[in-house]
Amino acid sequence: MLELKNISYDAEDGKEILQDISLKIDDRFVAITGPNGGGKSTLAKIIAGINRPSAGRIFLDGEDITDLSVTERANRGISYAFQQPVRFKGLRVKDLLALASGRDSGLNDSCEILSEVGLCARDYMDRELNDSLSGGEMKRIEIAMILARGTSLSVFDEPEAGIDLWSFQNLIRVFEKMYQQTRGSILIISHQERILNIADKIVYVKDGHIERYGRREDILPELLANTATATTCQVLNEKVEVK
Amino acid sequence: MAIDAIQMSLLKEVAELDALPVGAYNIRANGESAARNTTANIDIVTKTDKPGIDIIIKPGTKKESVHIPVVLSEAGLKEMVYNDFFIGEDCDIVIIAGCGIHSCGGGDSEHSGIHSFHVGKNAKVRYIEKHYGEGDETADRGKRVMNPTTEVFLEEGASLEMEATQISGIDDTIRKTTAVLAAHSSLVIHEKVMTTGTQSAVSDFTADLNGEGCSCNIISRTVAKDQSRQEFISVLNGNAACAGHSECDSIIMDDAKVLASPQLSASCTEASLIHEAAIGKIAGEQLIKLMTLGLTEQEAEEQIVNGFLK
Ligand SMILES: Nc1ncnc2c1ncn2[C@@H]1O[C@H](COP(=O)(O)OP(=O)(O)OP(=O)(O)O)[C@@H](O)[C@H]1O
Ligand SMILES: [Mg+2]
Repeated sequence: MLELKNISYDAEDGKEILQDISLKIDDRFVAITGPNGGGKSTLAKIIAGINRPSAGRIFLDGEDITDLSVTERANRGISYAFQQPVRFKGLRVKDLLALASGRDSGLNDSCEILSEVGLCARDYMDRELNDSLSGGEMKRIEIAMILARGTSLSVFDEPEAGIDLWSFQNLIRVFEKMYQQTRGSILIISHQERILNIADKIVYVKDGHIERYGRREDILPELLANTATATTCQVLNEKVEVK
Repeated sequence: MAIDAIQMSLLKEVAELDALPVGAYNIRANGESAARNTTANIDIVTKTDKPGIDIIIKPGTKKESVHIPVVLSEAGLKEMVYNDFFIGEDCDIVIIAGCGIHSCGGGDSEHSGIHSFHVGKNAKVRYIEKHYGEGDETADRGKRVMNPTTEVFLEEGASLEMEATQISGIDDTIRKTTAVLAAHSSLVIHEKVMTTGTQSAVSDFTADLNGEGCSCNIISRTVAKDQSRQEFISVLNGNAACAGHSECDSIIMDDAKVLASPQLSASCTEASLIHEAAIGKIAGEQLIKLMTLGLTEQEAEEQIVNGFLK
């Protein structure tokens, strides 16, 4: 179980990005959604230890992990699939899968994991994670690394971004399978109704705080009814009205 | 002359040899020829006017290899060696060179190898060269210096692919490579260099692309750590309808210094020349990504550097 207590985060320039976030995640599948720039990725980075909160504490299974490094948190069972996967010159797909799983994975292991995300191991194992991989391929490999780790808390930041229409249903199946076959919790940041649809609970983050948090059945209809979120910029408002 | 244990382990480092190789070879240890073998197609002849050898490969020789490693295990030894390769038409061969220095005690050890490759029409050569140094690391130990010069002459349709690696232990190196390319010949150079401490490494490439349809591709990947210094100079002269590309990609760490100075010159409208150079530290997000997989910062750094130089 993950618990955030009164978490705030300020950017280097002093801008308040998260304000007093308290959140208890004790369900197996929780989705975080909300408008662009609301603070979802920032929250995920706070959980993974990449960003240090300016106030508040974080607990994992009762242990205070606020002062633990990224590495220590990874070893405690937190995984984080980046919104924008990182490219490496010289490191191959199989190198990263080996680092993720903590062992040299043979073709068989890798084949299973890569095929989950719709990639053929034979074609991809030896590919470098450099600029030659497409955006969607990078995104799939990013997800595969998290599957290879198989930790108790997996955070996915917009895993559907860049995944083509035809593969989307498969991606949903990946999360469903993860849900059924592992004992871990899944935290997915997403803008997609079809992903929100399979969550136990939904967190709605806007302007750096949690606006709504509750069971999917209660939250989702509200969110969908309220699609026209008010913009605060006057120029933008006028532009929207003219249309 | 027998090869001792230290020399044997140097041979393993630079030429991946556990025992005497198959095929033609000439092993030079502490300034003397320690072992030699020739084959029906490959002759090795000691030069009479200066130190070094001529390696003569008969036209049409295929699937054969030549090993010419050099090891130095005596401190204070300085040598300049000339090796000239004459590779006949239509050959397809592999040449493995490399130099290892084991120094203990004072006195600089220095090996300067001047290699020339005369590659005949339509011949194919793969040339692998590895430089390596080891020994005690006391403050007053002698320097390990290697200054390789490589001169490549490619006749029509000939190709040479060179892999040069220098990952550790060499204090000072100036690598000079020149190439002259005839029509439809091709030259590919992969260079990998890592410098640490106060080491210094200079790579200086010049290629004259003289023949129609010839191509040259120089790819250099380097890592500079601590207070080390590196310099990368590449000059591509496009004198015909040709394709030239050079690329220098460096990771810089600590207080190291890297200088890349590419130069392109064309005297033909159909010459297409490109240079890419990038110098930068390891991207923070790369370190963080690997740390989210459970690696420490140092482990992450190692993986990134090793992958980069692979
Ligand atoms: N280092 C920073 N300095 C200044 N502002 C920042 C910094 N990092 C993030 N922000 C701002 O914080 C806000 C939240 O960003 P975040 O990436 O968490 O949004 P998000 O909810 O993930 O958005 P999206 O749906 O577009 O991915 C944004 O307004 C962003 O511009
Ligand atoms: Mg985001």
